[in-house]
Amino acid sequence: MIQNLLDGVLTGSFLSLGAIGLTLVMHILRFANFSHAELLSIGAYAALVFDRLFEALLPVFAAAFAPLTLTGALVLALLVSMVATGASAVLIDILVFRRIRENGRELSMVFASFGMALVVRNLIGLVFGLHSQLYSPDIAFATVLSFDPLILVKPDQLFVFVAALAIMAVLHLVLTRTTFGFALRAVAENPALAQANGVNLRAMITAVWLIAGALAAAAGVFYGLSHQITPVMGRDLVLPIFAATIVGGIGSVNGALLGGFIVGIATNLSLVILPAGYTPAVPFLMILAVLLVRPNGLFGEARE
Amino acid sequence: MIGVVSYLVFFATVAAILAIAVLGLNLHWGNTGLFNGGVAAFFGAGAYGTLLLGGTPQDGHLGGFGLAYPAALLGGMAAAAVMAWLVGVLTLRLRHDYLAIATFGVAVAFETLMRNAEWLAGGAKGVRGFERPLRDALGDGFLYNLLFLVAVLVVLVAVYLFLERLIGSPFGRLLRAIREDETAARSLGKTPAQVRLTAFVTGAVIMGLAGGLYGTFYAFVSPQDILPTLTFQIWAMLIVGGAGNNRGAILGAFLIWGAWTASGWALSRFAPVEAQLYTGSVQFVLIGLVIVGMLLWRPEGLLPERLVVSQSGSSSRTQEGV
Amino acid sequence: MSDPTAPEAILEAHGVTAGYVRDLPVLHDVSVRVARQRVTVLIGPNGAGKSTLIKAVAGQVTVFAGTVTHEGTDLTRLRPDRLAAHGIAIVPQTDNVFRNLTVRQNLALASRGTGAAARLAAVFDRSPVLADKRHTKAGALSGGQRQVLAVAMALAKAPRLILMDEPSAGLSPKAAAEVLAMVRRLTAEGVSILLVEQNVKLALQMADHVYILAEGRNQVDGPAAALRGDRIVADIYLGGKRIAAA
Repeated sequence: MIQNLLDGVLTGSFLSLGAIGLTLVMHILRFANFSHAELLSIGAYAALVFDRLFEALLPVFAAAFAPLTLTGALVLALLVSMVATGASAVLIDILVFRRIRENGRELSMVFASFGMALVVRNLIGLVFGLHSQLYSPDIAFATVLSFDPLILVKPDQLFVFVAALAIMAVLHLVLTRTTFGFALRAVAENPALAQANGVNLRAMITAVWLIAGALAAAAGVFYGLSHQITPVMGRDLVLPIFAATIVGGIGSVNGALLGGFIVGIATNLSLVILPAGYTPAVPFLMILAVLLVRPNGLFGEARE
Repeated sequence: MIGVVSYLVFFATVAAILAIAVLGLNLHWGNTGLFNGGVAAFFGAGAYGTLLLGGTPQDGHLGGFGLAYPAALLGGMAAAAVMAWLVGVLTLRLRHDYLAIATFGVAVAFETLMRNAEWLAGGAKGVRGFERPLRDALGDGFLYNLLFLVAVLVVLVAVYLFLERLIGSPFGRLLRAIREDETAARSLGKTPAQVRLTAFVTGAVIMGLAGGLYGTFYAFVSPQDILPTLTFQIWAMLIVGGAGNNRGAILGAFLIWGAWTASGWALSRFAPVEAQLYTGSVQFVLIGLVIVGMLLWRPEGLLPERLVVSQSGSSSRTQEGV
Repeated sequence: MSDPTAPEAILEAHGVTAGYVRDLPVLHDVSVRVARQRVTVLIGPNGAGKSTLIKAVAGQVTVFAGTVTHEGTDLTRLRPDRLAAHGIAIVPQTDNVFRNLTVRQNLALASRGTGAAARLAAVFDRSPVLADKRHTKAGALSGGQRQVLAVAMALAKAPRLILMDEPSAGLSPKAAAEVLAMVRRLTAEGVSILLVEQNVKLALQMADHVYILAEGRNQVDGPAAALRGDRIVADIYLGGKRIAAA
């Protein structure tokens, strides 16, 4: 059970990153973005491409930071991928969502996001193949924390946890210490008042997509590091990430952070009582529970 | 050797079955403004229900009650009704995007359950052992398929007429009233929640009917038939045809199913052998682009509401679009 | 109104027809002139369109016809986020602070731009209450304190014109009197003010010039002193005389 708890915390690391981006988008743009999880796929595959590229161009970066399987090339690739995925998110908004939004039909955006999810996911499959891939061919040996009960942890998992927290800490600082951060939170709370205070809405929306894309890229890479990279990773993560945002309350970054860990831990703990095949249903049950008991989640506020 | 006519019969049967499901979705979305992201679940409830109730006993899982076909089909529809009632009571009061997520989750949970609960419905192996009705009398040949198509078309027309009358009826006016101004409707003593629930369950029953017919046609159903992609396909059909519009729903079903099978055929015929694995991906990219494209350039669908001749005196439709 | 000794106008709304939906304008051909360094007050019965005029100036509501000119610049279809750049600040009636941000964060946002630090410091100097609660979330402040913050956010922009929508709404008589005093002080410091006020007595005490609107149209306007004793104000409020538009 402790192993499950640990695995849950690891899962929570990247669910939180994915959920933070989604909660911002859902709150500010007011639509359930079913294509958000595909940004994680884009991030993971972009990092794969750049990783191979950097390893080829700069062989010195191909060395791993033992005992992690993480290489310098992958770190660089992650950073580049964050930028690339952010840009992709902005591009998708410009091409698809913005036009629909400016014609005033919020609900069409949800359908459009269904469509975009299909397109992105299957394009990735066509370009990269349907098989699963890994960043590193090296086998990562797990460290045994305890023999009885058996508790294993891979160094990569620790890295993912620490890195995810670091990214979230940076975001927290931006949101609580910079005027840009205040402006972002202002737009989330009251767009008209934000404009009266000189905030340019379109610029902020672009910023939100950039941030959401960057966080999703990190989440995707971390998922790829601790599991594997497949074209369907987005499809598999859609519901857990939605669950995390709903548990935390749509619009709350802290809520998404907590929600991610809660969903990750609950899903993994459920393995104690349920066969593994049932775990995809756990996020749904959590959504149902939250919507019944406390529809605004932990920290959300109704916004109509 | 499947002749062209035979193939067309096959195609039309499936298209008509899916059209029934799209009509159900139109009642949810076009008429009542409910965002059902889990169409596959209600479709699946009908399919599984019908096959479990009407099939012969099987090892390893429930079902095989061997009921007469009409009873089995009604049983499948009842299963869809019960599921819709439960889901509806819990989720219909939610905001649109929450409802989409919640119903999407229902479909995922249902598919997960069916995939894993081998004792219930065979798990990933699906439900077999179902005898198509009147198979003994008519055999398995072209005649049977033709008669089956006719039967499905009759059902399609019946559902269409039922829905058209429903929309023109006082209940239909009530639906529109609640869509337009819920507070006013409530002040007239109507309970919006109750009305929406009725519409939701009715639409789900129609989807269950479609599912039952689908299962009957193939005499087999498995979790592969109720993946979220089915929901997307049915939504695409409604978006293309025209939401809020029953004729559009049927048109959309035939068009999208036609495009799907045509692209599938073209890909398997012309794509190199090594690429055969990817035909599904190409099809999904295409359907995704169709959905997005329609929403960008013609969100009201191919048959917008205003082109439909409304029944004189008994209904007035407001422009409804996606 | 063409009194040669009158101060020049900082803002002129001329023939403004505006509203939320194109076919249903709330304002019809409304003209208002805000004199420099004076308090101009809009009064009138509920639904008269007073708040809508403020919002039209701020770019929050669409202007279908007419012009809005500020210091000679045409601001008729102003993009709402450009308001502050033109030296205009607005204090909305409700939801006028960011409850999730602290007092300091609210003010930091409001005072962005060149000289931000100085303006922010000035606000805290002026208002010990806000300085004291600078790390409190605005949502945790009392109603009166939030109002003080909302006004401070407007002042933090060092505006030349302030638009206020019912600044005394929901305040105790004492607090409302403080608002009155503050408004008069501001004009002494060179700021021009256009405000909407529901309380007629307070309005007539605060104002230099008063416009009465009803049913989305101009009715009467004049110096506050002249209108104070005038029965026509009472008539319009009690539903009597309306000066119908042509």
